[in-house]
Amino acid sequence: MKALLGRDLEVVNVGLEGFAADIRAAGGHATHLSWAPPAGGDSALGWTLAGMIGDRRIEEANCKAYDRYLAAQPRLVDLMLARDAIPALGEGKRRILHSGPPIPWEHMCGPQKGAIAGAILYEGWASDLDIAERLAASGAVALEPCHAHGAVGPMAGVISPSMPVWVVENATAGNRAFSNLNEGLGKVLRFGANSPDVLERLRWLGGEFFTALRAAIGAMKERDLKPLMAQALHMGDELHNRNAAASGLIFKRLALALIDCGLDSGVVRRALAFVAGNDHFFLNISMAACKSMSDAAHRVPFSSMVTAMTRNGVNFGIRLSGTGDQWFEAPANAVNGLYFPGFSVEDAAADLGDSAITETNGLGGFAMAASPAIVQFVGGTPADATANSRRMLAITLGANPAFTLPALNFAGTPAGIDARLVADSGVLPIINTGIAHKKAGVGQIGAGITTAPMACFADALAALAQTLAIQDKRPS
Amino acid sequence: MSLRSRRYSNLYKDSVSLMTVSAKVAATRGVEQASVVMATPANVENLARAGLGEYEARANDLLVAVSGSEDACEEALHLADGLLSAKAAAGGGGEAAADEPLTSIQMAVARDPSLNLALISVPGAYAAAEAMKALRLGMDVMLFSDNVPVERELALKLYARERDLMVMGPDCGTAIVGGVPLGFANAVRRGAIGVVGASGTGTQEVTARIHQLGQGISHALGTGGHDLSAKIGGISMLHGLAALDADPATKVIVLVSKPPAPEVAERVLAAAGRSAKPVVVIFLGADPASIKGEGVYGARTLAEAADIAVGLVKGGEVRAAPIALLGEVQRTLDGLARGMTASQRFVRGVFSGGTFCYEAQLVHVAAGIRAYSNTPTDGNLQLKDSAKSQQNTIIDMGDDEFTRGRPHPMIDPTQRNARIGQEIADPETAVVLFDVVLGYGASAEPTAGLIGVVGAARAQAKAAGRQVALVAHVCGTDLDPQNRAGVLAALKSAGVLVASSNAEAAAWSAAIVAARSGAGR
Repeated sequence: MKALLGRDLEVVNVGLEGFAADIRAAGGHATHLSWAPPAGGDSALGWTLAGMIGDRRIEEANCKAYDRYLAAQPRLVDLMLARDAIPALGEGKRRILHSGPPIPWEHMCGPQKGAIAGAILYEGWASDLDIAERLAASGAVALEPCHAHGAVGPMAGVISPSMPVWVVENATAGNRAFSNLNEGLGKVLRFGANSPDVLERLRWLGGEFFTALRAAIGAMKERDLKPLMAQALHMGDELHNRNAAASGLIFKRLALALIDCGLDSGVVRRALAFVAGNDHFFLNISMAACKSMSDAAHRVPFSSMVTAMTRNGVNFGIRLSGTGDQWFEAPANAVNGLYFPGFSVEDAAADLGDSAITETNGLGGFAMAASPAIVQFVGGTPADATANSRRMLAITLGANPAFTLPALNFAGTPAGIDARLVADSGVLPIINTGIAHKKAGVGQIGAGITTAPMACFADALAALAQTLAIQDKRPS
Repeated sequence: MSLRSRRYSNLYKDSVSLMTVSAKVAATRGVEQASVVMATPANVENLARAGLGEYEARANDLLVAVSGSEDACEEALHLADGLLSAKAAAGGGGEAAADEPLTSIQMAVARDPSLNLALISVPGAYAAAEAMKALRLGMDVMLFSDNVPVERELALKLYARERDLMVMGPDCGTAIVGGVPLGFANAVRRGAIGVVGASGTGTQEVTARIHQLGQGISHALGTGGHDLSAKIGGISMLHGLAALDADPATKVIVLVSKPPAPEVAERVLAAAGRSAKPVVVIFLGADPASIKGEGVYGARTLAEAADIAVGLVKGGEVRAAPIALLGEVQRTLDGLARGMTASQRFVRGVFSGGTFCYEAQLVHVAAGIRAYSNTPTDGNLQLKDSAKSQQNTIIDMGDDEFTRGRPHPMIDPTQRNARIGQEIADPETAVVLFDVVLGYGASAEPTAGLIGVVGAARAQAKAAGRQVALVAHVCGTDLDPQNRAGVLAALKSAGVLVASSNAEAAAWSAAIVAARSGAGR
């Protein structure tokens, strides 16, 4: 109060704009807000949210979570079969992992069903698609989210026991994260295709390619992923929708290692040709690296930091560090994008895949300034790309100094989404995404930009507020 | 329906930029389908499947294929050619990104950490949350919004008190902090008198009059209308008083409120008595004799509170004389009353300021004149239909029922002007009493519509053989954005008697009613 009367007034004006104009006309200073009701207009939750701003427990928890995220050192340690890497997929277990928050078979979107049925055939648990679908529907094959088992997968995100998975280890905390192999574009399992040629490619990937790549990774000298990702950001990737540079960089590391393994030259040639032919080869590695960094920040009580954002083709789901493994879901927002010839918005599946783990880590849409080409998906300009990255700073705990953006004078990528800031400002996380055809197996039909739905963040905050209230009631 | 295509050899473009070109070309009127792609095997297959023709695959060639009317295809190819040229590409990214809009207080503080007060006027359901955020970020708050639940008001004020922060409001219309007007405030010079007011227009009347009397305002703080209830306990009033007590620029303090809950009044007066500075207290409608304390001065009207404060600053005699009708004024009023027809017996008060309506009712009641009102004071009666006056009626047109979905009459006086016209036309009306409020936030041309309405209504009444008295008060200063002198001149030329204060205007009105009813003492 003494301060109020003793200093020059600097007013933030929330509401009627004329008041700010009057203050300025009288020689005072006023900043006017473009205000809209926070938390999606829920007045009661808005009041709860107000009480969480500046809460010491949340602030301390967020510092801890964010520091763990920054300290993470993802390292590409291995390529393993899923059954050997992920305990839930171990020998004798009939379980398949999929992208997004949990969802029963009957509610799944076309591409995810197609991919799961394909994976059942691939595992040899069924002899044809009908039987495969019945197995999935009956519960004889358990269906669980990748995120529940330290894994992530793009689009349908299907991982079954015999598939190879990238193993990325956070050298700082020792936690591991997994992702499947990227099959390339066109008719691929992750878009729900499950025809014989798709399964044939999977068998080659799980056989000859797996053996060769595993040997190469064993011989590879430079395993740290952060420097490679940082370099790719300086080469025009945002490591979600554009991985051309990173794929080239990992190719350089793999090629010599693979040659040094002394394998049959035909095997080496086929393996390198596959890697060289896929500009998205690195995406799955990027995702596993991101998952290992996010998981490092997960489960810090009271933290409002978002540790997962993902979609199952029906709902968008998020998790907060402070609310553990609880999911907060809402229907996915529409994608603002461009379509390949012959396709339109009517053909599009709802947003799908675990790849928003990149945005959760400050890449993808958050790093759009690094990749102006991506903003063209919505007819934007390089200026829009930098504006998008800048806007994300309003909802993050900080900027990651390991991932810098030349276009923003080498500022770090905005990272560590604080659900409170999202709900309060109405600024939604931007996500760069591919668009899948709603029918299984057609594949990618476009790409664009979307946002995470506000309802996820509102619900998550309501749950976090409960954990705070429970602590308040406990005798100290 | 035709199909046209064009091949550009060895022209490599990123697929994303090509999709952008495709979308623009496809938007050409008359074009059925359009695709601009690198001629990779996969893309060539896509073109064939989409019915856009068969092409040889050569990955480094660029293909434009369009279908539609002959003319449209020609136009589309031309458009694509332009978009694919280097010149168009260079122009694409030139615009600078606009500054990001600030959508939350946190964002504003992140950009400018020096922000120290939040002025909040969002709908009541959201207002308390914004205020709490501001407090939690260490800012003082002025909460202009009303309809804030009392539990939330209390929560805000308790939180603020613990942290030595001020919450002005909810429902706080007026404040002036360090010369900066907040909400509805008059332009006044800086000076030695500090005000804490629970009523916005009350604070305006006191501060504007102090300015017009040649003195100035250090700070005028608001508390909101519910602050002095038993439930809130005057937290903001006590805080404001303490702040002004500690403020070196403030020499005299004025407290403005309707009568508080008794225990709150006691606490406020005790605090006023403890202050080292003289404190003038106007609890509208309370007996000034009930306002006691060392260096505490009770006032009967807002104007008197200003007069006493000015006297105290000057160090001279404290003037607290009742409003006397000078001979000349009395003669004018008597003359008007004598010229009226037998049916003209009643006052019709039409106010935009709630506290002016309240004070006018008090003055009439004190003169033995009971009135109907939509916001009746003690001793007055509830008006049955707010749209229709009965006998003596004094209404507040800034009350909720008139402002729901419509601007406040201080901002847009159209509705209020119409009501004045309606009252002049009523054969039972002897005098129409009203206020004109100037200052920041108020209508830029407060008399623009009024003069026409009054002129027409008076001409009509005159044709019917009636002459209606018009009495007004202009709350404002010569520094206000509106031209005060111009407003006064316009009113006077329209035949309006302009008093120097709201209380004086009400006293003039009461004198006319008394003369007409024969109830005068």
